[in-house]
Amino acid sequence: MTKATAAIVGSGNIGTDLMYKLLRSDIIEPRWMIGVDPDSPGLKRAADHGLTASAEGVDWLLSSAKPDLVFEATSAYVHRENAPRYAELGIQAVDLTPAAIGPAVVPAVNLGQHTGAPNVSLITCGGQATIPVVYAVSRVVPVEYAEIVASVASPSAGPGTRANIDEFTKTTARGVETIGGAQRGKAIIILNPAEPPMLMQDTIFCAIPADADRDAIAASVKEIAADVAAYVPGYRLRTEPQFDDPTPMSGGSRPDKHWARVAVFVEVEGAGDFLPPYSGNLDIMTAAATRVGEGFAQRILAERA
Amino acid sequence: MSYSAELDVRVTDSSLRDGSHAIRHQFTVENVRAIVASLDEAGVPVIEVTHGDGLGGSSFNYGFSAVPDQDLISTAVGCAKRAKIAFLMLPGLGTTDDIRLAAANGASICRIATHCTEADISIQHFKVARSIGLETVGFLMMAHSQPPEVLAKQARIMADAGAQCVYVVDSAGSLIMDGVSDRIAALVAELGDDAQVGFHGHENLGLGVANSVLAARAGAKQIDGSTRRFGAGAGNTPVEAFAAVTERLGIKTGIDTLKIVDAAEDVVSPVLTNPPLLDRLSLTMGYAGVYSSFLKHAEIQAKKYGVSGAEILIEAGRRKLVGGQEDQLIEIAVGLAQRK
Repeated sequence: MTKATAAIVGSGNIGTDLMYKLLRSDIIEPRWMIGVDPDSPGLKRAADHGLTASAEGVDWLLSSAKPDLVFEATSAYVHRENAPRYAELGIQAVDLTPAAIGPAVVPAVNLGQHTGAPNVSLITCGGQATIPVVYAVSRVVPVEYAEIVASVASPSAGPGTRANIDEFTKTTARGVETIGGAQRGKAIIILNPAEPPMLMQDTIFCAIPADADRDAIAASVKEIAADVAAYVPGYRLRTEPQFDDPTPMSGGSRPDKHWARVAVFVEVEGAGDFLPPYSGNLDIMTAAATRVGEGFAQRILAERA
Repeated sequence: MSYSAELDVRVTDSSLRDGSHAIRHQFTVENVRAIVASLDEAGVPVIEVTHGDGLGGSSFNYGFSAVPDQDLISTAVGCAKRAKIAFLMLPGLGTTDDIRLAAANGASICRIATHCTEADISIQHFKVARSIGLETVGFLMMAHSQPPEVLAKQARIMADAGAQCVYVVDSAGSLIMDGVSDRIAALVAELGDDAQVGFHGHENLGLGVANSVLAARAGAKQIDGSTRRFGAGAGNTPVEAFAAVTERLGIKTGIDTLKIVDAAEDVVSPVLTNPPLLDRLSLTMGYAGVYSSFLKHAEIQAKKYGVSGAEILIEAGRRKLVGGQEDQLIEIAVGLAQRK
């Protein structure tokens, strides 16, 4: 069967983990790995797996090859430079950096709306893990406010995240609103240095009406968790969704109208393709990127058929 | 060497920030007015005012504020005649936008807190704080969990980013005597003239005042306390007792002991409906090395799920939770209830 061809730009840990996932795809062929450092172990690993590896950057890629798809696993800054060049050549880009140029996509929620977009953004790892749950609640009841807490193991938080942690909280909060469907969103990230490293754990709190149908909310949450687990096998609920009645201190849109609350606890164990299993925060990004790329590939292959 | 010509150490009173935990973030504008006025009158040089978890802390996870913390900061700035108003922020929760707003509201000292191994997430915030003319303080939280040399390296990251003082923060109230001296000395040796060193204590093992005196002797120039121990867990170093002890020891803080004793009794105590106690739960926190702010959350979840608050805290310690992971206490309580 014909596959859509793909280039991975960025031969670091993320790009390498993504390569292993794409090598298993039925409809994507990862053919090029692009780096900037000839000594990059990621380039050597890619060459060992039969990819064409180049340390001459995107200039080389765009002058020598014409992939159907490109996966960008560099930095926001680099992707901002590269994105217009991909678009000009009609190469669809899946952006794993925080550049946020194209529409934000969470596969379990809105991939279908964007398979033709020239560029899509995967938001943040915390967004990929939590926005589906906010969406699952907001499709049952109106959510005036949603708040997510992402706890990740310190060694899995890279220098980019650390240098600009505000970008994580703001971008994630925006996704909680625009894709999750909450009127107002808030995001919190915690880095935990415990040894052995903890799995990524996320908590999603949604404000719900006092008389909300709690069984329907719980069922919707379980359904979306299964949808995410279809492309992130290590994604799971840690407990049943937990509900709290309104109290004078539970927050609210008005001083006399307090929120009830649902709290959902998830964890993400990585597949261990290249990155260690505790770094579920990175695995969910490469798994989501693979799923988005396959959505693109299906459309491309259908048009060719 | 002293803090200044007048003061050997500079005290920051955190009743209106760490104390926020003790009343579940329900401070009113009237509370802030009364407490700031009385502390200012007693000569407390710095008063910290914020949600217990810092700017942006008002949330499901940490508890919603009765009054937005930026309003409380404006109120405090308006009431203080001599004292500087400080605020706390935690990267990952608050943002640089919050820092700019607090500065616009008249606060002059920005205190930026991270877990004590994660100082590099604060670099962007220190740079912004310094660029808008704020005085800066770095907070290395849960300092009991790392040895002196690790803390010193993390303090260096904050100082290089623009922190003018870096605190050893005993968030769990778990440090004992020499454990404080060794950590303060390591930071003083590392930072030299580049930044001062501070100490923030809790009373979970009953050592707040003693640990703070040892910190000062080891070279700390800034010391935190909370009048009437108004803080998380068993509370913070009581400022009125620290003032009395340092006066006897000849360490100058600029605080009038009799006036701060009156403020503690007449103004702060009436606001404290449930005074922090050195009881089973708070002692457990000091003993097991658990973040003091978890106390009220553990009490609430223990009640809701019919499980032991002490068991929740011990499990939190076993999992090595860090400050900010209050959400995990719910999941722990659910698990304990299922096993019952």
